[in-house]
Amino acid sequence: MLSNWLYIGIFMVVSLFLPAAAIFIAGLLAPKKPNAIKNATYECGMETVGESWIQFKAQYYVFALVFLVFDIETVFLFPWAVAYNQMTLFGVLEAIIFILILLGALIYAWRKGALEWH
Amino acid sequence: MTFWSDPDGFLGNWLIHLLAGIGIPAGVAQAIGYALGAAILATGALLFVLFLIWLERKMIGRVQDRLGPNRLGPWGIFQSVADMLKIFTKEYITPTGADKVPYNLAPILTVAAVLMVWAVVPLAVTVYGVDLNVGLLFIIAVGSLGEMGILMAGWGSNNKYALLGAFRAAAQLLSYEVPMVLSLLIPVMLTGSLSMNKIVMQQDIWYVLYAPLAAFIFLITSIAEVGRAPFDLTEAESELVAGFNIEYSGLKFGMFFVADFLHSFTISLLVAVIFLGGWRGPGAETYPLLGFVYLVIKTSLVNSLIIIERASLPRFRIDQMMDFTWKVLTPVILILVALTALLEKTMVMVGLGAWLRTGIMFIVNIALLFIADTVVRGHLARRPRPDVRGKERPVARPENFFSQPGSGA
Repeated sequence: MLSNWLYIGIFMVVSLFLPAAAIFIAGLLAPKKPNAIKNATYECGMETVGESWIQFKAQYYVFALVFLVFDIETVFLFPWAVAYNQMTLFGVLEAIIFILILLGALIYAWRKGALEWH
Repeated sequence: MTFWSDPDGFLGNWLIHLLAGIGIPAGVAQAIGYALGAAILATGALLFVLFLIWLERKMIGRVQDRLGPNRLGPWGIFQSVADMLKIFTKEYITPTGADKVPYNLAPILTVAAVLMVWAVVPLAVTVYGVDLNVGLLFIIAVGSLGEMGILMAGWGSNNKYALLGAFRAAAQLLSYEVPMVLSLLIPVMLTGSLSMNKIVMQQDIWYVLYAPLAAFIFLITSIAEVGRAPFDLTEAESELVAGFNIEYSGLKFGMFFVADFLHSFTISLLVAVIFLGGWRGPGAETYPLLGFVYLVIKTSLVNSLIIIERASLPRFRIDQMMDFTWKVLTPVILILVALTALLEKTMVMVGLGAWLRTGIMFIVNIALLFIADTVVRGHLARRPRPDVRGKERPVARPENFFSQPGSGA
């Protein structure tokens, strides 16, 4: 089984190397004539106003938090799904209760307004 | 073994014997074989994107009642080659103040994230990169690396609009991960393993017949993960000025483009492998290359569906997208997983046959889809709508100055 992950490691190196090589070769082939106006940051054709870092809306954080809850739920459900065929009905009902609890959590987040955008 | 019964093993053995003849030990020869196989697969996938781009332009052209590119070469097949050559020779305009490491790493990471998926997908009964026993989880994990690439692109570009586009893209991709991963629970339940090979082997009855709603939700959420229409708000040219890849030019931009099309083909491949039975078909076990042909046919069908859907549907707004995933897709898929788990276990305990279970679950899926559709439509119809009856409308009345002929407006 170790050779499996060796292949994955080699594949990762190859798949990182190929685009990097392509970009590098194109960098050699392309003209390089930087000047101040070309390199200026794009702002719909005007001069930039203010810093380039915008304020981070709290809404993004709330979405990431709700996503985290459901991702952890999924992580717990995957081993259960793999062992599904050897399970009794009791095990299945336990997992269904788990899913229902998380469905309740989704409805709670919905009613609290955590899933609104802007 | 001959070449026809086991192409991978045959070529691997040939390579090991060749290298043993010049005195290289078998372990090193196997590693070299792996590296060559990986390089061929990756290069093949990247070169295939040229064909995919041409196919997409022709198909979208036909849907829009026009020919696609047809000047360069018969049926315009050299159009993508010409575009690739052009992009190779464009200058890399790096904005001032751009963070060098994320800015340069982002396109590479986005393409690498898509390429890594190809390592575990079984292309035929013996042709696959590696049969990981956690193949499906590996695919989900690696596929999420692309999101990181987008965030790096947005941050490294030193541009407010790129950063804003990257945030929205990240929020969209995160939110659509949840139903996607949940919908993959159903094939895993039915197979009892995360290994892609076993998922294909167990599909005597295709999983799309067993759980069409799960396949449908997986397809929709994967299209949203790619960032294609109708979910392509993050790269909407007219709205957010190409989003997180504003400041990219030349082949770096080309790499994002390549990643987009390759990702779309990869999700077609995943749908075909997980839900449509992969390489299975008559005669595929004895002749692996025939299995490969079946897989290509199934993948092309799904990819064509994605392309036609791109040409047909208008774009979602960001709040519509978020509502759709959190309030419609996630509850539906959770209920579906719970129902499938319960019904499958009780049906197996009662002792129904495979086709009968498939039929019952098919009906349950369609019923759930219908119920969800009705609920959503009812909710949308009950929204407060502005009342436009009986109000004076200024347009088509004779006293309106602007509708007089000769008013110049």
